[in-house]
Amino acid sequence: MSIAASPSDDASLAARIDNPAARALMRRHRLRWWEALPWLAGIAFYFAFPDYLSFGCDLLVTILFALSLDLALGYAGIITLGHAAFFGAGAYAVGMLASYNVWTEPITSLLLAALAAALIGFLSGLVLLRTAGLTLLMLTLCTMALLEQAANMGHAYTGGFDGLPSLPIAPVFGVFEFNPLYADTQYLFALGVLFVCFLFVRTLVYSPFGQSLTGIRENILRMHAIGSPVRWRVLICYTMSAALAGVAGGLWAQTTAYVNLSALGLDRAATVLIVLILGGYGRLYGAFIGAVVYLALEHFLAQVYPTAWQLGLGLLLVLIALFARNGILGLGEALWRRYRAKRAAP
Amino acid sequence: MSEIRLETQALSRRFGALVAVQNMDFKLAAGARHALIGPNGAGKTTFINLLTGVLPPTGGRVLLGGRDITGLAQAGRVKLGIARTFQINRLFRGLSVLENVCMAIAERVGAARSMFYPAGKRTDVIDEAMQTLQTLKLADAARHRVSELPYGRQRLVELAITIALSPTVLLLDEPAAGVPSAESHIILDAIERLPENIAVLIIEHDMDVVFRFAKRVTVMVGGALFAEGTPREIESNPRVREVYLGQSPHRAAHA
Repeated sequence: MSIAASPSDDASLAARIDNPAARALMRRHRLRWWEALPWLAGIAFYFAFPDYLSFGCDLLVTILFALSLDLALGYAGIITLGHAAFFGAGAYAVGMLASYNVWTEPITSLLLAALAAALIGFLSGLVLLRTAGLTLLMLTLCTMALLEQAANMGHAYTGGFDGLPSLPIAPVFGVFEFNPLYADTQYLFALGVLFVCFLFVRTLVYSPFGQSLTGIRENILRMHAIGSPVRWRVLICYTMSAALAGVAGGLWAQTTAYVNLSALGLDRAATVLIVLILGGYGRLYGAFIGAVVYLALEHFLAQVYPTAWQLGLGLLLVLIALFARNGILGLGEALWRRYRAKRAAP
Repeated sequence: MSEIRLETQALSRRFGALVAVQNMDFKLAAGARHALIGPNGAGKTTFINLLTGVLPPTGGRVLLGGRDITGLAQAGRVKLGIARTFQINRLFRGLSVLENVCMAIAERVGAARSMFYPAGKRTDVIDEAMQTLQTLKLADAARHRVSELPYGRQRLVELAITIALSPTVLLLDEPAAGVPSAESHIILDAIERLPENIAVLIIEHDMDVVFRFAKRVTVMVGGALFAEGTPREIESNPRVREVYLGQSPHRAAHA
């Protein structure tokens, strides 16, 4: 647009862009130093807790699943209680392909899982994204229940209630074997998949498309009024979110070497919602914080109070709902802002 | 008379038994400064909603530059140059003022489709947004969240977003509504400084504003066209005085 700008135009442009608000916008997508921390922690975990690597896999899968939900719920404001439908679609895609020895190569399997989940996301989204609020919530729940029943009844293919055990998974890159007893390969593979998916989501969120999703969440009527194809945008976002959830499900099937109905249930859909709200939605890193806190609490509380560990989680959720609507990250941000304001004005 | 930018022919809208807009024949000239007045419930906002495609009409046609756009949805009409403000602010309250305006520009220039290029590198969008804010004297508020601004300045952001769409037809639904009178001059100044080639239709209750701003006035009563003319003609129309201005003849005399 300003290719043929004269020098004086350049100067006035520099003056306009020099505004702190403009500078903040131009810098927002840049990587910060602390963004390396989760990945360093992920690698450190591999060396520090070799006996907990299957727990680690569970954690990475949960982060990826919560991240996919963040795209739909946190950014585009699509309220869903049925996100496990896509997790399950991905898990069963990988599981059925592997169980019948059709396709066991792990990376392409995940792509197929993404495709299967995206297809379901797109088709169901065509219908249910025309609604909002409680109706939308119910329809997402229905989609999941339908898939769950399909998986239950089609047990000639899906194994029904028993699921598909002992899935054969080909070695990663044809070299690194998945060891069913020791999850080291699985862990590093999952970390790699999460990293790639995270880069995808991060790029998307800071793109103009991602900004328009935020706009749809903030004020959908205004988005219509500035000429945005809102319905189409939301559908694309929902499809991509479904695809990522499918990858998470596929990864779960690969790292645990089985698939069963728990991939599709309300339990899983509710858990991921809790994880995301706990960490803070619409914040990219909320999925990480939420998954770590949730799974760590679940792990330790279950050891200390085997019968009543859910009580502890429940209490934490009540506290979050009462005092930290934006989750742990939101609370951290608020405290940080207060600290900075105090330092700025002694 | 100059070229007609926006035209309606027998435009109607019913809600069940209620006829909100009835056979409206209306013409908005290019570069017009046109006011739409009428008592509460006269159907002014419904009329705007029909023009922008928020509501489908139950009868009649809408033409933009001679082209029939009756079947076109809201987003399509925005692309053709119809922009509006709302009676009650519709803003991205959690985002900064600059982001609010960037959102509109990104949508207009087609940047909002791109998924894998950082928004921060679209300096053309950010620069144009800053320019828009400067013309509206909002540049100093660029980094504030909309929700942190006083209401008068929020109304200005509402105007900034619509101007950022570079419309040829601008529909202003009570732009100064709810703004304390001490602040309302900011809005009115901004409206007076709008580029001349934009056709502006303003719904306004304050007759001082109407007579100061408009070159032409349309009066709606009960969903139908009641009278139309220059401000002076409207002011001296006894029927209009009776149904509308009659309540405050001394104010009309100001103009």
